[in-house]
Amino acid sequence: MGATAMTQTTPAHLEYVLRLGDAALIHGQRLSEWCGHAPVLEEDLALANMALDFVGQARMLLSYAGTLEGKGRDEDALAFLRHEGQYRHPTLCELPNTDFAHTTIKGFLLGSFNLLMWSRLCGSSDKALAAIAAKSLKEARYHAEHTGDWVIRLGDGTDESHRRAQAALDILWPYTNELFAANPTDDAAAAAGVGPAWSELAGEWEAAVLPVLQQATLTVPARTPFQSYGKFGRHSEHLGHLLAVMQHLPRSFPGATW
Amino acid sequence: MLTEAQAWQALDTVEDPEIPVVSVTELGIVREVILGQDGLRVVVTPTYSGCPATEMIAESIVDALKAAGAGKVSVETRLAPPWSTDWIAEGARKKLRAYGIVPPQPALPDGAQVVRFMSRKLACPRCGSSHTTRLSEFGATACKSLYRCEDCREPFEYFKPI
Repeated sequence: MGATAMTQTTPAHLEYVLRLGDAALIHGQRLSEWCGHAPVLEEDLALANMALDFVGQARMLLSYAGTLEGKGRDEDALAFLRHEGQYRHPTLCELPNTDFAHTTIKGFLLGSFNLLMWSRLCGSSDKALAAIAAKSLKEARYHAEHTGDWVIRLGDGTDESHRRAQAALDILWPYTNELFAANPTDDAAAAAGVGPAWSELAGEWEAAVLPVLQQATLTVPARTPFQSYGKFGRHSEHLGHLLAVMQHLPRSFPGATW
Repeated sequence: MLTEAQAWQALDTVEDPEIPVVSVTELGIVREVILGQDGLRVVVTPTYSGCPATEMIAESIVDALKAAGAGKVSVETRLAPPWSTDWIAEGARKKLRAYGIVPPQPALPDGAQVVRFMSRKLACPRCGSSHTTRLSEFGATACKSLYRCEDCREPFEYFKPI
């Protein structure tokens, strides 16, 4: 597995895997911030459990990215010892938590995307990536179910929950443009059969997301030309703060072990 | 030097730290035991990507095999095919129920549509009533969800099919 992966490795292949790993890591880190703060105990458990799934997926993906890179960096080196410009996840993942509706909508938009992505990646020409995808797909299904149910509960709930869910959707929706923006890495990865160009997934994603938003009585904002560029390493001001918390321990105590 | 059968026997004694009534072999996560010149290799498939018990299980496997007389032991992870709750042994399902955890129904195929507000008809493991409600899709561990029996009013866990 390792040997064939090495011979296939191109910069685009590595970048594609790294992006998936970073998206899982940063989304997982944001979810983990809810631990002990969620509105009800059951959701505290749910958010922490989903955070664990994402961090677990990130570990598999970043370990594999380290193998593809071939410079001896392991999952910890990639997670904890890179600077913000070296992260490749879409900006949506790093936006700070505000209220439960915001986290729910964000989790649903990303979760619906992940379900499609893992499903497609099960057929990747890269067998190691396909194995990670098959594992992650089972978890993504639960995430998409759970967050989607909550989108409907909040949107079609009380005036207050509807107002908050709509406000969250209005703020987050423009960041979904980036998920489907064409990108040279994607073109190369798609041509090599590593995985789909993310832009190809736009139609299926909307077909999955829009009916749920409609059932939630939420108004889908009009598309605007707004673009974020996290996939190129140009992040919002929020990522540096997230990394300061996440990386503090391994940077302050290099080589620390539990 | 252990035989392969002895190694499997030793593995039968290794418990899941989160659900100490089932062994790692009953859980279906031990895929293969390989006796080689460089020692004993145990191939394990993880349950959930982020399951915090994974590393502890690997340590327990090494400890149990060494206690049974194995020399060098290594644990390898194999991702494909991904673990499914369908691999849990029949006997373990009875033990789960007796322990208060409803065993998993058959896993859905990967391409299955997402179902909204899915409520499964589960029988309470304590009183047997099917008048039960899901409290949360996610329970105390990633692999379980939380239910409540509306008749005996006790909460219980359900091992999620995956």
